Amino acid sequence: MSVDTATVAKIASLARLKVTDADLAAMVPELNGILAWVEQLGEVDVTGVEPMTAVIPNTLRLRDDVVNADPLTGGGIRDAVLANAPAAEHGFFGVPKVIE
Amino acid sequence: MTELTELTVAEIRDGVAGGAFKAVEVAEAFNANVAAAQAALNAFIVTTPYKAIEAAARVDADRAAGKALGKLAGVPIGMKDLFATKGVQTTAASHILEGFTPEYESTVSRNLWNAGAGMLGKLNLDQFAMGSSNETSAFGNVVSPWRRWDGDTAPLAPGGSSGGSSAAVSARLCPAATGTDTGGSIRQPAAFTGISGIKPTYGRCSRWGIVAFASSLDQAGPMARTVRDCAIMLEAMAGFDPKDATSLDLPVPAWEAGLNPDLRGKKVGVPREYRLDGMDGEVAASWDQGIAWLKDAGAEVVEISLPHTRYALPTYYIIAPAEASSNLARYDGVRYGLRDLPDGANLQEMYAATRAAGFGAEVKRRILIGTYVLSAGFYDAYYTQAQKVRTLIARDFEKAFEQCDVILVPTTPSAAFALGEKSADPLEMYLNDVFSVPASLAGLPAMSVPAGLNGQGLPLGLQVIGRPFDEQGVLNAGLAIESRAAFHAKPEKWW
Repeated sequence: MSVDTATVAKIASLARLKVTDADLAAMVPELNGILAWVEQLGEVDVTGVEPMTAVIPNTLRLRDDVVNADPLTGGGIRDAVLANAPAAEHGFFGVPKVIE
Repeated sequence: MTELTELTVAEIRDGVAGGAFKAVEVAEAFNANVAAAQAALNAFIVTTPYKAIEAAARVDADRAAGKALGKLAGVPIGMKDLFATKGVQTTAASHILEGFTPEYESTVSRNLWNAGAGMLGKLNLDQFAMGSSNETSAFGNVVSPWRRWDGDTAPLAPGGSSGGSSAAVSARLCPAATGTDTGGSIRQPAAFTGISGIKPTYGRCSRWGIVAFASSLDQAGPMARTVRDCAIMLEAMAGFDPKDATSLDLPVPAWEAGLNPDLRGKKVGVPREYRLDGMDGEVAASWDQGIAWLKDAGAEVVEISLPHTRYALPTYYIIAPAEASSNLARYDGVRYGLRDLPDGANLQEMYAATRAAGFGAEVKRRILIGTYVLSAGFYDAYYTQAQKVRTLIARDFEKAFEQCDVILVPTTPSAAFALGEKSADPLEMYLNDVFSVPASLAGLPAMSVPAGLNGQGLPLGLQVIGRPFDEQGVLNAGLAIESRAAFHAKPEKWW
């Protein structure tokens, strides 16, 4: 499978990356080169093979149902959460208007 | 007096504990080396000399008060700028995180500070750890301290993504540094600069607070000049962390105490698929030498087969970008990092403008590949197929480990290349990870140790791959190589 300019523009839009026409022209052959190379995986016989889900067998844990059991991942730290925001206002993240 | 910056981690720890010198003296000596090399090597994104001194002063005070000292008491280290460090800018070498100052400390770095280590600074790397030459950093290339013997002064790549770490350790700017390894980012730079580095079993080191690239592959590990130093530092870094869902709930073994270069009764596997057509003659010769050294250490050498080896790289270059495209969705200009808000832009336009301005070319390339292979209609053909092949690659290793205890292969297909030599063609750069990626896909512990110099005077590394959880076996084989290679070469100072 190969991609054309319209497809790359669509992928860029899905990935929320603004691209110029010049970017697109450069990306199309690069992405096609990489995709043509990964396509060799199609020749591997994977009949009856399960896709990998965990590389080292492990069990998923549930944490104790305790508020702020670990303060590092607990609540009540609004100012710390907002400290690096480009636009924090009134205790919230500020964004451009999304509803009229 | 001994030059403090020539000492290993073990020597610094023992010297501080025994009173041969003060921790503060060690920190000052390394701070001076860091400052003197920064303009030429660009190994650090920010330096934190005051942090190194503060930690050292605490160790000296604890010792004076007769308190017990930690495993790394008095050892100043470099921290790859992928670990969140409270109050110190953390960028992943990307413009999109420039100025980001974490409000929390990553688990691994916290473990290291608790063990008595101090921070010399945040080390440069490939942007979001995506690269094999440290040429994708938004903060400039790292230059390897190594140069070719023939008088050619072309700047060489320190490897990547942990290129600041490898350059700094080999240039004696720090006795040890943290690295992270997704497809070879600890082992390949270690090999390029003549130092040691180990990627432990997936899950040994907590990923909490490490900027995520490909979460099913990312693992932190130490980079240092000796196998013993790697063992000491890995003991301090590793451990169960409930904040990382994939953290292994296992005790941390006493790897340093368990070091033993006697390999009698052990079997070393040599996979025939790694013997590539047109392989660099010096790399092949160094591999043969490594096999001879392990035999000399008492091991029995057996030929093994890892039939899906040739599919590891294309598998990796589907899975890693897929996970990256998902992980990097968080950089949206809302919660932290850069925001680019063109006049009159709406929220969606702000996301797209921010990400376009903040990410470098290689990061964008991988986000696009990842988005494509995960998109409707292509998911099964690319992503599911890659995850199935990944199962087969892991199964190859399982079968091989029925016949052997560790596997010996080269770390890289060549010695360090010059900056700019491979950056024009992304595929050519990707191929540099051919020997390191398979162990990453299988989550296995793997280590690079220096084997010698090639004809141009540049280091070559040998890689030991072990069974899951058998870091000890990997370290021991590494030690057997280290004691026979007697690698004492270091870059001649030109900076």
